Amino acid sequence: MRIARISTKTPEQEASNTDLDLLNPLIEKYKDKKGKLIPLLQGTQDIFGYIPREAFLKISEETGLDLSDMYGVATFYAQFRLNPVGKHIVKVCHGTACHVQNANEVTESLQDALKIKDGETTEDGLFTLESVACLGCCSLAPVMMIGDETYGKLDGKQAVKIVKNIKIKESN
Amino acid sequence: METKVIVGLGSCGIAAGAGKVYEKIKSLKQAEHLDFDLKKTSCVGMCYREPLVEIIDESGSYLYGDVDEERAIDILDKHINQHNPVKEYVVKTDLFKTEDDEYNDSQVRIALRNCGFMDPEKIEEYEARQGYRAIRKIAGQGMPRLDVIQTVLSSGLRGRGGGGFPTGLKWKFANNNKSDEKYIICNADEGDPGAFMDRSVLEGDPHSVLEGMIIGAYAIEATGGVIYCRAEYPLAIKRLNIAIEQARAKGYLGKNILGIDGFNFDIYIKEGAGAFVCGEETALIASVEGERGMPRKRPPFPASQGLWKKPTNINNVETFANIPWIVLNEADEYKKYGTEKSKGTKVFALAGKIRRSGLVEVPMGMSIRDVIFKMGGGIQNDKKFKAVQMGGPSGGCIPEYLADTLVDYDSVNATGAIMGSGGMVVMDETTCMIDVAKFFLDFTQKESCGKCTFCRVGTKRMLEILDRITNGQGKEGDIELLEELSYQIKDNSLCGLGQTAPNPVLTTIKYFRDEYEAHIRDKKCPALVCKKLLTYEVDPEKCTGCTVCAKNCPTDCIDGERKEVHFIRQEDCIKCGTCYSKCKFDAIKLS
Ligand SMILES: Cc1cc2nc3c(=O)[nH]c(=O)nc-3n(C[C@H](O)[C@H](O)[C@H](O)COP(=O)(O)O)c2cc1C
Ligand code: FES
Repeated sequence: MRIARISTKTPEQEASNTDLDLLNPLIEKYKDKKGKLIPLLQGTQDIFGYIPREAFLKISEETGLDLSDMYGVATFYAQFRLNPVGKHIVKVCHGTACHVQNANEVTESLQDALKIKDGETTEDGLFTLESVACLGCCSLAPVMMIGDETYGKLDGKQAVKIVKNIKIKESN
Repeated sequence: METKVIVGLGSCGIAAGAGKVYEKIKSLKQAEHLDFDLKKTSCVGMCYREPLVEIIDESGSYLYGDVDEERAIDILDKHINQHNPVKEYVVKTDLFKTEDDEYNDSQVRIALRNCGFMDPEKIEEYEARQGYRAIRKIAGQGMPRLDVIQTVLSSGLRGRGGGGFPTGLKWKFANNNKSDEKYIICNADEGDPGAFMDRSVLEGDPHSVLEGMIIGAYAIEATGGVIYCRAEYPLAIKRLNIAIEQARAKGYLGKNILGIDGFNFDIYIKEGAGAFVCGEETALIASVEGERGMPRKRPPFPASQGLWKKPTNINNVETFANIPWIVLNEADEYKKYGTEKSKGTKVFALAGKIRRSGLVEVPMGMSIRDVIFKMGGGIQNDKKFKAVQMGGPSGGCIPEYLADTLVDYDSVNATGAIMGSGGMVVMDETTCMIDVAKFFLDFTQKESCGKCTFCRVGTKRMLEILDRITNGQGKEGDIELLEELSYQIKDNSLCGLGQTAPNPVLTTIKYFRDEYEAHIRDKKCPALVCKKLLTYEVDPEKCTGCTVCAKNCPTDCIDGERKEVHFIRQEDCIKCGTCYSKCKFDAIKLS
């Protein structure tokens, strides 16, 4: 079972950098549809990169969905994030094929290099490290994906090098 | 005839760099005014050779493998400009033999009949390959619904999503339940981590899945269709959306389809949100309705009470992809392939330590050995074949000595594994079977929806025991405890997830008990995978005295002067493996 918690930031902290009006068209689109809850959450995450506490409140207020139902669904599915994410999400594949080709080494090296654990975001807000199941390119195992770019046949050292290169590019 | 240059742009190809190759070819074509038609297709299945580029000219078809930008320049120059195909890069052609022929020779492509042979974003190309002919045949002949169902029933087609339930029978049930609102759902959740058959079909041939659904909708009188696709497959979703638009524009979806009076049907896509259990049909329905994807008790089965409490039929992607072919070619043609109880063909995703990994479609009844060694080319780096994992988290490991097992539902089940959706992950002597069992249990433990106590808590306890064993703290009696927990979980879980979650553990205990014992009694990992059970030593021949290991050792247990051979004090070593991964000279030995 997955366990997740809503961001612990206070509403004021959050509202200051979240433009909730962005949600209006989304709410308008799904308000009266059957089975709207998941598409609403997916849409919210597309806008903010995660689902802010304030967004839960606003959606609940305007659609009549129960907050507890929304929370229940948001914590049930792996896709939903309840905390802000970094600019680049580093998805390391831990599907079966990647596992037997030593995906653990890739994650461990990245954890060392970025000084974060799996699922966390670096302090500079540049990277979030995630484990995912099968990216569908098992013939290139082990694989990781950053943005739309997929990198295959990795080992720990190569993975770290790729991430470091992005970091260098970002600081220029 | 105009020469065609076709680039394979499936997810695997794009990951290997096919997008860049396509752009390169496009810019060369423009810059040098080359005369050919540049086209796109999806995955042909030879993923181990990606990126793939096919050139078709007067003399025939040549499929080039491992094409990077440089090779693309070379191929265009020699093949297009000088009309001189570059034989050494060709991986598949009818004109001469290649070293990859074995991969393709024994395949029978029914579900994959169009994958890699057409542009999935063009409905005309599908139509040119007999697409939508099956539904036209039904409309043209005014084929009664029950005849369609009978054709599917006689073909012997069984559900390709893992359960293996006869598809025709399922349709019959759904047809029997009368209602003015009925649904047909395509299960494209493909949850098995390490399987990618459905993705390739959706990306490479979305229309055949749509046509299969339209035929199903006709047969059971469905009014609405849903494709439940995992959100991790953005390319598949994009191509499905294009395909649905095109099918609507051509009247294959909509009102009074192809003139069949009262046949109104449309399809929409529902993106999954990342939960393995949502592949289970009742959980999937809950998820489409916007709820937590928790399975519920059956009966009532979806055929009587499914989506929005209306009769609903759920089939897998590959199942639907087979349907148009069966309707068009008749049941007897399909029945020719396969074994007594498993008819037709099955697509497998070969991955792991196999030389040629990718997608293959073979007739049921081929031996696992033939699939792995003949088609797959055996094991990478000439290592020894140890086992093959089939059925993902619900399946099991089949050991080398049972490799002559035939691929059909019943033979595979007899080993304790299951056919599943078609993932085959090959393992060699460097794979630790307890580690594999732990991997799957970790997966199911996380993915358990939490409804049944035995599944929620039991899998967690099993994982803890496996963790202990791989950390060198295994105890006598652990194996028996694992077995007992396994049977409890199997017996007391509501849905297939819990009922099959212990399979990876049970099969590895059954076939690799000695490996469990080595971990527990001798505190050794024969495959040298479980870090905590290894001894790390410096190889004096290879050590250059660079001091990197000593600098990085978290417990300072490595001694040695610069430029002299180093030494690890075993009593202080915590077996973290840092020295091993940091050493540039391969000088840390494991035993
Ligand atoms: C835990 C669990 C996960 C499943 N995942 C999938 C899946 O990813 N894809 C799929 O087609 N069927 C999956 N199934 C099987 C479905 O419940 C269902 O049997 C299948 O979609 C029916 O289609 P078929 O008869 O064409 O095989 C899963 C079943 C269970 C219990
Ligand atoms: S297991 Fe990693 S891409 Fe499939």
